This record gives sequence, C-alpha cells and structure tokens, in this order.
Amino acid sequence: MLSCNIKGVTNGFPLLLEVEKFVEKEVEFNPDFLKNIFPKIDWKALLHASRSMSYTLLPDEADSSMLHSQDFLHKFHHALLQLHLQEGALICPQTARRFPVTKGIPNMLLHEDEV
Amino acid sequence: MSSRPELQAPPEIFYNDVEARKYTSSSRIIEIQARITAKLSERAMELLALPDDGVPRLLLDIGCGSGLSGETLSENGHQWIGLDISQSMLDVALEREVEGDLLLSDMGQGLGFRPGVIDGAISISAVQWLCNADKSSHEPRLRLKAFFGSLYRCLARGARAVFQVYPENIAQRELILGFAMRAGFAGGVVVDFPHSTKIRKEYLVLTCGPSSISTALPNGKGEDGESVSDYDNSGDEENQTVCISDRHRPRKKMKITKKGKGREWVLKKKEQMRRKGNAVPLDTKFTARKRKARF
Repeated sequence: MLSCNIKGVTNGFPLLLEVEKFVEKEVEFNPDFLKNIFPKIDWKALLHASRSMSYTLLPDEADSSMLHSQDFLHKFHHALLQLHLQEGALICPQTARRFPVTKGIPNMLLHEDEV
Repeated sequence: MSSRPELQAPPEIFYNDVEARKYTSSSRIIEIQARITAKLSERAMELLALPDDGVPRLLLDIGCGSGLSGETLSENGHQWIGLDISQSMLDVALEREVEGDLLLSDMGQGLGFRPGVIDGAISISAVQWLCNADKSSHEPRLRLKAFFGSLYRCLARGARAVFQVYPENIAQRELILGFAMRAGFAGGVVVDFPHSTKIRKEYLVLTCGPSSISTALPNGKGEDGESVSDYDNSGDEENQTVCISDRHRPRKKMKITKKGKGREWVLKKKEQMRRKGNAVPLDTKFTARKRKARF
C-alpha cells in the first residue's frame, strides 16, 4: 500500500516519494474495498506517487463513475495496494524533512524539537 | 523486579532485539502469546462493531508489535496499517510477512493520517505506555492529547477505536479516558470477567461522533454477564472501596459516649501480656473495678 497518499505529516501533505527501490506485492483484488476507499483517496497524490514508481497507467483524473470499469479498478488496485516502496524516503513538501524508508517501513519518528 | 513492563524501560528499549526474539524463537512462548493476542484482538474486533457487509475496511493497529494482532484483522479480510515504536518488533513482523503496512512511529507524537480515512482502530496492550514519561522531554499529558486528538481526526464518522489496556490503577484509566473524552470521543470501558484477577480484561471502546443507540456499549463478559461501566461511573465496582459522602458529624452539644472497656476485656488483655512474657500484676477482685470519675 502506498502509505504516502493516505498519510499527511503534521505539517504537510502529500508526502513526496524518493524511490530507490520498490516492489510489487501480490494482493487479493477486492473491488468492494476499492469502491469504499475511493472517496478518501487524494487522486493527485496517488497519481504522483505511482508515477514516481514508474507506473504510468493511472488516468490523470478519476471520478466515481469510473469505478464500474474493471480495467480502471485493476489499475487502481495495482497502484494502491500492490506497489510498495521498499527503500527510499518520504519527503514533507513543506519542510523537506526526510522520513527514511527501510525494508518497506517508513521511519516517522519525529525528533524532540519537531513535536 | 517490577512486573509491569512499562516501568522497566521505555517501549523502544524494552522491546529490543532480545525481547523481540522471544516472540519468534521460543515456540512455546509464541504459541501462548499468539493465542492470547488472538483472543484479545478478536474480542477487540467484535467490539469494533464493523458493519457485517463483507466489505474490507482500512483499520489501524496501534502498537502492532510483531503483527500478532494484525493477523486477526487480516483474517477478517481487512486492510490494516500498523504502528509501533520498536524497530525490533517491526522486524519480527516483517519476518512473519504480515499483510498490513507497517510504520515506525511514536503514537504520542500524533498519528499523521489524513482526516476521515481510517475506518477503525484497535490496540492491544499498548496505550498504557503513553502514561509513562520515558524521556525528560516527554510530558504524558501532551502525548495523550496529541494521540487522541490525531486519532479523532483521522477516524471516519461513526468509526470506533477499541483499546485493550492494562491500566496500572484507577487513576491511570481515568487519565486515559479523560483525554479521550476531551478529544471528542464518546464511549466507555467494557470489562470482561471483572471478578477474576487472572482473566480480567479491560477494553476501552471509543466512538467518533455523538453516541446513539447503535453505539451503545456491549456487555462485558463475565460469569454473571454484568459489568458495563459508562464513563459517568467508570471505575471498578468491586475492587474500589466506595467513598460514602455523608459524614456523621456529632453535633457539638452531644458528647460522644464512650463505650468503655469492661472487666472481661481487661482480663483478656492481661492474659495476652502474660503470654507474651510481660510482668503483669495478679488478677484480683480489684482488677478493673469502677474508679471514681476523676481518676
């Protein structure tokens, strides 16, 4: 799951990706879940994130009418659930603070002075 | 040695590689751990009261540790994001190839999710760590505030958060509840098996948004099926002594009659002293006779 598009740092959203390595996981395709979560997704953020992982198949704009198309659902599923940032960093757009990602786990711990 | 882990060391140090190893290497420990955690997380899921429509939801596992509780979420078909402050525990979770996404973060620093994206949250035995000040810069109140505030924001309307906690004492539980309420949550404590010391379990059930009939707290499990406490009268019914608020103050005019201690009592006491080996005068017909008032 692309964690950046569902997360906002305390001071900014969306987090930009710095991709060094990404993997594609196998996740069960569940259209109900996708339909449910679609309204919560910031499409632009998802788009940018997937592009930085070299996935260009997502359309530029999306609205709920497209959810009926299986093709769109599959692409959405792939970008949202299967692309996984393994190594790299998440960068806050406002402060440029880097949150390093190792082994697929972003380190979001804030320093004492950032809380 | 203190038996409560949070009094020994801050979580990221307590759950270091050695502790975390125990969660994978010893098969007996992991079996027991897994069973207990599975039961707790299943009950937590029950209390989450997600609609039974088969739609997978996006849930949070706060303090997910090695992913034992997250597995229950996966088994029920949901997507989850797990947070933990200990890298070692998360490494164990990676080894176990859990399905959820993991984050290394400190819940007391705020959760950092976009508003309304989370459908529910569970936490097994983690929230009580917030009450301890592990670093000199920590102020538990601020951390509790940040945690509950950010949790309230990121939960969708009507979503629930269920925390299984081991509060150290009543004061701690009240502290946690207080901050939850202040952040806007409604809810209370569900206690399973309140009368047993061994299997007693407490669940903090919080709902986002105003409480209604549909969000009424379920009954805790117990032999008599009792013990649901709302926030208004939360507190242990049986363990805590109830403070009676009325005080019998004798009016100044009335003298409090002394009961007085009779001859029998005096004789008994003297016998006790003798047994102890003290030098006690002999008992005669004069022992404990009524003296003049002025004596």
